[in-house]
Amino acid sequence: MDTKKYVIKQISIFSENRPGRLAAIAHALGEEKINILAFSIAEANGFGVVRALVDHPEKAHDKLLSLGFNIAFTDVIAVHMKDQPGGLYEVAKILGDAGINIEYSYAYSGKEGAVLILRVDLVEEAIKKIKNSGATLLERSVFH
Amino acid sequence: MFWDKKIETLKTDELQSLQLKRLKKTISQAQKVGFFKKRLSDAGVTTSSIKTLDDIQKIPFTKKQDLRDGYPFGLFAVPLKEIVRIHTTSGTTGKPTVVGYTKKDLDVWADLIARNMTMVGVGKEDIFQNMVNYGMFTGGLGFHYGAEKIGMTVIPSATGNTKRQIEMIRDFGVTTIHCTPSYAMHLSEVAEEMGESLDSLKTGIFGAEPWSESVRHTLEKRLGVTAYDSYGLSELFGPGVAFECKERDGLHIWHDSYLVEIIDPNTGERVSDGERGELVVTPLVKEAMPLLRYRTGDVTMLMKDGCLCKRAQKIARITGRSDDMLVIRGINVFPSQIEHVLLKIPEVGNQFMVYIDRINHLDEMTVEVEINRDFFSGELTDLANIQKKVGKELRDSLELRTTVRLVEPGSLPRFEGKAKRVIDRRETI
Repeated sequence: MDTKKYVIKQISIFSENRPGRLAAIAHALGEEKINILAFSIAEANGFGVVRALVDHPEKAHDKLLSLGFNIAFTDVIAVHMKDQPGGLYEVAKILGDAGINIEYSYAYSGKEGAVLILRVDLVEEAIKKIKNSGATLLERSVFH
Repeated sequence: MFWDKKIETLKTDELQSLQLKRLKKTISQAQKVGFFKKRLSDAGVTTSSIKTLDDIQKIPFTKKQDLRDGYPFGLFAVPLKEIVRIHTTSGTTGKPTVVGYTKKDLDVWADLIARNMTMVGVGKEDIFQNMVNYGMFTGGLGFHYGAEKIGMTVIPSATGNTKRQIEMIRDFGVTTIHCTPSYAMHLSEVAEEMGESLDSLKTGIFGAEPWSESVRHTLEKRLGVTAYDSYGLSELFGPGVAFECKERDGLHIWHDSYLVEIIDPNTGERVSDGERGELVVTPLVKEAMPLLRYRTGDVTMLMKDGCLCKRAQKIARITGRSDDMLVIRGINVFPSQIEHVLLKIPEVGNQFMVYIDRINHLDEMTVEVEINRDFFSGELTDLANIQKKVGKELRDSLELRTTVRLVEPGSLPRFEGKAKRVIDRRETI
């Protein structure tokens, strides 16, 4: 199985925890006509990491870098869930049973249903298990 | 009350002849140190060129940097086997300044502490809680042995665990305490929260950082003590160099043991009595580590007025520093030390800002550093680890807990010329 095509590049941006930082990031992406599909903010002691799935990760990376942001790519996977009670359980159970740890996760619910974005310790293993269970993974070709 | 009345009240002429005798002895002792031997010969000074006390001005100043350059044992005038103890103070480049003591030095030092404590009226009957660091900091062991010499009952409680400190004061009937003034403020608040009135306390000895008259009033009111200012520095043994008497109007510096000059820090010229300048001291009784015209960096003046207690000329309370040294929770910190620590950590940049606040009467230092973009993995935990690492390295080097704030690359101010990296937001205590 070609697992690579399911590995998606999330952009992770270091941000100080102070007013206006998210606005600055969002403004830069808007200017480049980059659409944000999903995002989350993880907060620690005085700083945070903004994580986002965007339609043009490379373009977003270059733009934010040129503005001086500290930005990195992180490999994640995105799973279609049933947008109904028990949908999350199905996905989480597959990974749990396989002994795959979820480092963090966030989700969005769009026109084509709900999508769960996962950062896991064993990416390839996770892709195989999820595919074998019959669930659908988003392909990286969705992003440009 | 006097510990050594004769020496503490010597007439001026007797004092000066004793000082001159001891100065010559100190110069010969210093000549056993390669550094001083060269300094003196470069300046063309021998013991015979010192005919009066004023002749000391022929000798070049010694600076803290000279001690650092001699790290670790370059300034010792006796073989290491004669050294019975070593203390260190923080240095600007991460390397500490080492000070050594012979058995006799320790005895002389304890004697000076005994003079100070007796001067403020504490004695054998008193129970003394010594609430300062007992490690490399000279304040702990210095006061400890001085107080034991007097015969006080000494509780070596050291720092930390304020509630336990308060319980001991209550349970043991402590009459005398020694700590930093800011810790005393903290102690008084915790005691109030605990509903403890600490009635047994009578005397508070506070030092290692500058403090104001208004803090004196507050501490006296809250703790029920008479508060005395204590001054010293490790290079001159430690605490015990100068101390307030019961008049509490200036500090008596022990002229038989320390030859005092006040200079203009820019020109190096002496200033008149009553004029502020940098305190320069030549210790007259040190064996292991003699010093000549040591620039303390502390700003004070020689006071014109005599004292009702009949002891000799006083210096004013210290009002500041002539260099960029900071005193945080009684610990000396140079901004360059912080820079030195950051240079060793590739995950962060070399720019930094330091903020000092006083929260609940305790000094808190916050250091802002930029994350190095090459080390940004995108993971929050990696960032948290970098933050922890910087905090640990700073604590190891400064012996001080600091709050580390990671900021975005390029966000800290860049300075041209003299950098203003330290924002001290503490109000004067």
